[in-house]
Amino acid sequence: MDLSLNETQLMLADSIEKFVANDYDFETRQKYADSPTGFSPEVWKTFAELGWTAVTIGEDDGGFGGGPVDLTVVMERLGRGLVVEPFLSNIVLAAGVLQRAADEKQKSEWLNAIVAGDLQASLAFVEPSAGYEINDVTTTASRDGDAWTLSGTKAYVLNGGNADLFIVPARTAGKRRDENGITLFGIDADLQGLKVRDYASIDGQRAAEINFEQVIVSDAQIIGDTDKGFSALQSAVDDATLAVCAEAVGIMTVLTEKTIEYSRNRVQFGVPISSFQALQHRMVEMYTACEQSRSLLMWAAMAMTSERADSARAIHSIKYQIGVAGKRVGEEAVQIHGGMGVTWELDVAHYFKRLTAIGILFGSADWHLDRLAALPG
Amino acid sequence: MNVSFTDEELAFRAEVRSFFENDFPQDILEKQNLSIPLSRDDTVRWHKAAFQRGWGAPNWPQEYGGTGWSTVQKYIFADEQARANAPAYLPFGVSMVGPIIYSFGNDAQKQRFLPDILEFNTWWCQGYSETGAGSDLASLKTRADLDGDHFVVNGSKTWTTLAQYADWIFCLVRTNSDVARRQEGISFLLIDMNTPGISVKPIVLLDGEHEVNEVHFDNVRVPTENLVGEEGKGWTYGKVLLQHERTGIAGVAGSKYALSRLRTQTGTAVRGAEPLASNRIFMRKIAAAEVELKALEYTELRTLASVASGKAPGPESSILKVAGTELRQQIDALCLEAAGYYALPYVRDQYVVDFPDADRIGEGDETHSSLRYFNDRKVSIFGGSNEIQKNIIAKHVLGL
Repeated sequence: MDLSLNETQLMLADSIEKFVANDYDFETRQKYADSPTGFSPEVWKTFAELGWTAVTIGEDDGGFGGGPVDLTVVMERLGRGLVVEPFLSNIVLAAGVLQRAADEKQKSEWLNAIVAGDLQASLAFVEPSAGYEINDVTTTASRDGDAWTLSGTKAYVLNGGNADLFIVPARTAGKRRDENGITLFGIDADLQGLKVRDYASIDGQRAAEINFEQVIVSDAQIIGDTDKGFSALQSAVDDATLAVCAEAVGIMTVLTEKTIEYSRNRVQFGVPISSFQALQHRMVEMYTACEQSRSLLMWAAMAMTSERADSARAIHSIKYQIGVAGKRVGEEAVQIHGGMGVTWELDVAHYFKRLTAIGILFGSADWHLDRLAALPG
Repeated sequence: MNVSFTDEELAFRAEVRSFFENDFPQDILEKQNLSIPLSRDDTVRWHKAAFQRGWGAPNWPQEYGGTGWSTVQKYIFADEQARANAPAYLPFGVSMVGPIIYSFGNDAQKQRFLPDILEFNTWWCQGYSETGAGSDLASLKTRADLDGDHFVVNGSKTWTTLAQYADWIFCLVRTNSDVARRQEGISFLLIDMNTPGISVKPIVLLDGEHEVNEVHFDNVRVPTENLVGEEGKGWTYGKVLLQHERTGIAGVAGSKYALSRLRTQTGTAVRGAEPLASNRIFMRKIAAAEVELKALEYTELRTLASVASGKAPGPESSILKVAGTELRQQIDALCLEAAGYYALPYVRDQYVVDFPDADRIGEGDETHSSLRYFNDRKVSIFGGSNEIQKNIIAKHVLGL
């Protein structure tokens, strides 16, 4: 048995940690988050040059062929730095779908450009009335000769305002929630009839609501087989769910450390507040929640590596755990920081807000627990 | 035991309801329903409307221009106010400094300050907390040194709500450092915000709103006539104030409104999705919050009943703040959950009058749910954090 990271993973972790420490302090992060794109194009280019965008890309596609464990190594460090660069959107979601389903031409045109940091992409996996069900696709694509007409609305499209390329699941056959009958389209952002409303998200990232009004695309835009897009969509969203769970573990670790540190320095009634047992126990609970989450994350990443078939159990378990633990750690960190914890100025509130967003992204704790309970034993 | 209202009380309820439906500025209720922040002018305007109706100070005795309402009437009023989704009275004048002035101030102070509070001609803010004195308020360091017929004030206050709009600030200041107990050197001072040497610096909260401030005092000269009561008794007055408004602190009426609104929303199909009401897991959580709320409401009613019969509030009243704020945060979290992905857009530009519906992201207050969840983290921190409340209960109620 070996639960340690290998040499390559340790080096990767170390280089991201150094980057965050040297080039991505909280003030810099805030500057990037407040910019029109919500991230730094220069930093993103650096990510590509350092090879970080290629870690989870298959070797056949010019990447390093990393798996779920490598993904968690990257995301936990990005979480610690509260990094707003569009890794999840471009690499885990968009490139995740393209790797699995795109043909060679699409890969050379889109996937390579994404990994090189030259193309911004978004996977539009949320619909306004779908809740967390990614199979609930009501955006339609209807065939007319060798062209398709798309109509519908996608909600909370991560990185949507920056995207040059949208990957859009649309219904081409079947009923509303059928997995069969979903087709993936790669759509240029400047097509006629495509309306993008870009906005900031509560966690300092950016997203968009996208409307397709009779958008006409050709057969060549279809990624994978017609009607058979769901499997690639599901796998990419599973990876992304694992990714934000790893990010959350990084965030919870930082919040626990910062809370302990603050309690040692904050003096009230003539003593540091860390000397109060009522607070000590609560910080122990934060620490416990963090470590239990880290352990479960390791299991989930390994389960997804070896046994893709068991990924549903792994994903539902870890996202439930993170949903519950993240809320608890975030709220406690703010509370123990007192008034300072609710200010914009301090990083604690921004870590808390990102944890809150992660609690919703890809499904709430209740939603995942419900699905977990429904799996055959 | 009987909790039904008398005919007079029912008539009073109808009267209050009619006020909010007819005489209260309806554009302000509209803003409330759209979660649009109220301007200074809005706040002044509706307080004046309440004053016009004779309700400038629901909690004051009649001799100072208050309503002289019974505790039951106050309860009914708060309930109707929340039901109309009307804003709560800004507490600093009418609930905080007003009662201190009529309880401990001299006649000149009563004549000078009370009418303007009643009519909302002056906007008050509260200068208690300091950077180093939060939960441990008695460690405050802002000094007021006597110089002839003036105090010279130096120091800083923080978390001062809406100081950017305030005309006056009431402060706890240290007038004597040479005392056995720190509390004994603290005095209660009224300071005109236009006095030279005062500067206000904004603090932005995690939801992006400028709600609180730092207030700095640099050799600010305050006439000694602005000292309320006796020098060195400020701490005692402050404590009396805390006990003054025990009820209301639980926020029962507001929570009741928020929860019933959430329950109503669960029955509606949003954007063609199935109504949340069909989600048993979520409805169980709403039901659990409703049980909590009912318990809280009856704890508050027990307190009201004992005050109404002329007795002091029972020890159960001590749990109102902790239980009330925890419930409020629980309801906020449920609203956030109900909104799902639509809790995530940070679209403050939508919260203006006449924002075009076609461009609006989310329905109702979906996108506002996250902001309220974030902003209300403060309720378990301010006014004596819940940790401090529990210490007080342990010591004074349980005798530990």
